[in-house]
Formats: sequence, C-alpha cells, structure tokens
Amino acid sequence: MRALLPLLLAALLLALPARANEEIVLGLSQAEVSITTNFNGSEILVYGAVKRDQPIPDGPELQVVMTVSGPSEPVIVRRKEKRFGIWVNTEAVEVDRAPSYYAVVTSAPMADVLKRTEDLRHKVSIPRAIRSVGAPMEIADAASFTQALIRIRKAAEQYQVIEGGVTVDEQTLFRAAVRLPAALTEGAYDTRIFLTRSGNVVAQYETIIDVRKVGLERWLFTLSRENAFLYGLMSLAIAIAAGWGASAIFSVFRR
Amino acid sequence: MQIYLPIAEVSVNAFLLLGLGGLVGVLSGMFGVGGGFLMTPLLFFIGIPPAVAVATEANQIVASSFSGVLAHFKRRTVDLRMGTVLLIGGLIGAALGVMVFNYLKAQGQVDLLVKLCYVVFLGVIGGLMFFESLKAIRNTKRGKPPARKKHNWIHGLPFKMRFRVSGLYISVIPPVIVGIAVGILAAIMGVGGGFIMVPAMIYLLGMPTKVVVGTSLFQIIFVTAFTTMLHATTNYTVDIVLAVLLLVGGVIGAQIGTRIGVKMKAEQLRILLALMVLAVCGKLALDLLLQPSEVFSLGAAGGH
Repeated sequence: MRALLPLLLAALLLALPARANEEIVLGLSQAEVSITTNFNGSEILVYGAVKRDQPIPDGPELQVVMTVSGPSEPVIVRRKEKRFGIWVNTEAVEVDRAPSYYAVVTSAPMADVLKRTEDLRHKVSIPRAIRSVGAPMEIADAASFTQALIRIRKAAEQYQVIEGGVTVDEQTLFRAAVRLPAALTEGAYDTRIFLTRSGNVVAQYETIIDVRKVGLERWLFTLSRENAFLYGLMSLAIAIAAGWGASAIFSVFRR
Repeated sequence: MQIYLPIAEVSVNAFLLLGLGGLVGVLSGMFGVGGGFLMTPLLFFIGIPPAVAVATEANQIVASSFSGVLAHFKRRTVDLRMGTVLLIGGLIGAALGVMVFNYLKAQGQVDLLVKLCYVVFLGVIGGLMFFESLKAIRNTKRGKPPARKKHNWIHGLPFKMRFRVSGLYISVIPPVIVGIAVGILAAIMGVGGGFIMVPAMIYLLGMPTKVVVGTSLFQIIFVTAFTTMLHATTNYTVDIVLAVLLLVGGVIGAQIGTRIGVKMKAEQLRILLALMVLAVCGKLALDLLLQPSEVFSLGAAGGH
C-alpha cells in the first residue's frame, strides 16, 4: 500500500494537467423528450465548446465522440435451425444488458478518434456497450448471437453509428445531431461526450436526456398498470360502445 | 399520420391501422369469424410486439363481433339457445386451454406449437370447406337439389334440446364438446376461434349457414371479452389506443361485411372463406419450411 501511494500520486499529477487543460461546456436543444400521442421521433441537437486556460496544444487535432444510450435490459437472442424439415428455434443466448437505443456519433472515422484500449475503458462502441457474459457451454459461437443482436437493432435504427456526424470548428466549437426513432422506450438516456487527441480521451462530460410519456399517453400507461381491472373494463366498454355505435349509424343510413 | 401507442411503445401510421381494421372487419361481418387469425399475424408484420398484438386483438374482436351480431339480431339469424350452449363449452375450453398453454410454455417451443396448430387446423378446415363448397356449386349448376341432412350418430345421443332458430332437435353434448374444443384451440392460438367454430357448426351440428354466422359472433363476444380481461389484468398488454384505431375501422367494416354476406350465396361465401383460410395456412407453412432471411430473433428475457 505504502509503495503504491507515490505511484498513484504520480499518475494523478500526470493526468491532472491534461484534464484541467480542456473542459467541455455543453448545451442541448432539449433536455427532455416528451412522448405525446403524435410523437414521431425526435432530433436532438447537441452543441458545445471546449473551455481551456491555455492556447490550443500543438499536435494532433481535437476529435469529439458522443454516445446516447437508452435504458438497458436483458435480451434473449434465439437461433433457428432446420429440424425435421421445418425451421425451429433451437439455441438461445441471454445477453445480460443491451441498451434499447444506442447511438455513437463521431467527428471522424471511429478507428481514428478512439484507441481500442480507450474504447474498452469507456465502453463507447456498440459491441462494448452490450454486456454478454454467460453463454451456455454447449454454444460454440456465442459471439454470433451478439452480432445478430447488433445487426437486427441496427436495421431497426435502434443502434446507429454516425461517423463524421460531429462538426468541430477551430478545435473549440462542436455540434452534432442525434435522431431518436419513433419507437422509443421511456427512461433516462445517458449522453456522454468525449474529447480525444490521437485516440486518447482528454476530457469527458456526461448528462441525461429524459424521455417521458406525457398527457394522455402517461395517463393510459399509469392506469393500465395501477388499475388494470378498470382499464380492462374501459377497453371492453369502448369496444361495445363502438360496435353498437357503428350498428346504429348504419341502420340510420339504411332507412 | 403517426400515432404513438402507449403500451406497445411503438409509433405507427394511424390510417394503416384504420385500413387494416376495416379490411378485417369486412371479412368478419361476411363470414362470422372474428378475424383474429388474420389480424394477429398482420399486426406482427407491422411491428407490434406479439404479446400486445394478441391481447389487443381480443379487445378489437369484441367490438367487431358486437357490431356484427347486432346486424344479425335484426335479421333474427342468431340462435341464442345454441349460442349459450356453445358459450358454456367455450368458457370451460378457454380455461383448459390457458392451462395447456402454460404447460407448453414451461416446456419451451410454444411459438412453434402455435404455428403448427395454425397450419394443421387452417389447412384441414380450409381444404374440406373448399372441396365441399365446390361440389355444392357444381351440383346446383347441374340442377341437382342440395343433399338433405342425413341422420347420423349425433342424433342418437341423450339430453336432446330443441333449437328452434336453427331448426334442429339434437343432444346438447355435441355443441358443448364443439365449444370446449374451440375454446381450447382459441386460447392456445390467441384468436376468437370463429374460423374453427363456423365449419364445426355447419358440418358437425348441421346448422343452416345463415344462422351459423350470427350465432358464432354471439359466442365470440363473450370468449374474447373474457380473454381481454385476462390479458389486461395479468400481462398489462392491452393497448387501448391501438384497439380504438383498429375497432373504428373494424366496426364499420363489419357492418359493410354483413350486408355483403347477406347478398351472397352460402356456397360462394364458404368457398371464399375456404380460400382465405388456405392462403393464411400456406403463408404460415412457408414460414416454417423456407429458410428465414434472419435466423436469429430477439425476445424479452425472463420467463423462458
């Protein structure tokens, strides 16, 4: 322990100047997304500036990486195989945590803005954002299940990688746009911004975009959970009333 | 116009839903089927989560069946007595079916079983109806009178009851058994069961086609209302916004369908229903037989 302390201090001292040097000041076009009845996706504009107390350092240019992540849930990925002439679900792998929505927006190609080690540490790219630990022993190619999850969600635009989506001006100002799809789950959307130089993270900032149902959507959702019996009766009453109403209207037309 | 569904948590086109509801409503009114066996796969296709689709569909069937049955009541083509007997069987069957469903769920592969159920039942029923109606149409073209109902073993059973509207005097045992069988299948397959009920009433019980449709609708209302409540209170998967959109289209469609149905000959009606049933069966069979473009699928974790 004693021997470690100076080492830690030294590491801190080394890390400190880089951190203190450049800092992120951020603005969002909206800090919360309200899901209303006519909600059809939303575009969030993120704009920011780099605050520094020294002139812009020489060397590689400043790059920006942004991630927006929806609430994580476990997901079961199943694979079909042909058995007795028909396609049946055979093997299944449970992915422990996969965000319902995930977007990575960068100012240049991913390989140029972030080193693999930094990606591992901060869990930036899509495969890193998904956590899959326990695949059953009998499944040899567990990785293909995670890849399938990413492929399916990418096709549904739930997972996005937008390389070059962040515009950086004079290594100081940056802006990016993220499109949230129409099929959105409620929750806190974790938004992270990383400043990098030659693939190393030099500064980082985190904020939350709140996605909430409002108005009628909120009311119906709450009722269906908290007063399920009443909600069921209401659904039936509406169904019966609509059925009767249509019948009555049509018999008027016939006369 | 896009609408966000609060329970399904997806955004869909409202006019698409109205149109789908209308289309299935017309078929429902014409043939006396709830239309669940068509609508549920269609909802999967437009991206509604399966659990929400099945539960909400039950609610929508209540509306279109109610609208349809009112039209049939005016025409006095509902056999209330037969409907009640079938309903008693249906509720017993539905309860049994839920038990069977839960047992199979514990064994895994419930999806496959549901699909196989669809393929087998739709195929057999569709095929039988198609050939029978074709024969009937040929006979009427040649000027032969339609074959009279024969007395068979069904007429030898005890507990006979008079069903005046249907013009039948038969034992209550066959209708109760039909009700139970349909109830079980309806619960497993997540539909009202009209497409099984209608042929069973025509071919097994020998009821006249005109009465069959109204009576089937009458019975379906109660079975699906029961299912809706079950889903709403246990799984929270009834999406009322989705249901309203579907049923507005559905109830209007059912009214139009009932009027078309009255104008058509019974044989034509049956051959059309048979073709439709066979088409859905073929689609599902292909899904099972052909290699899917994506062999992986995602599901919510928890409850294997």
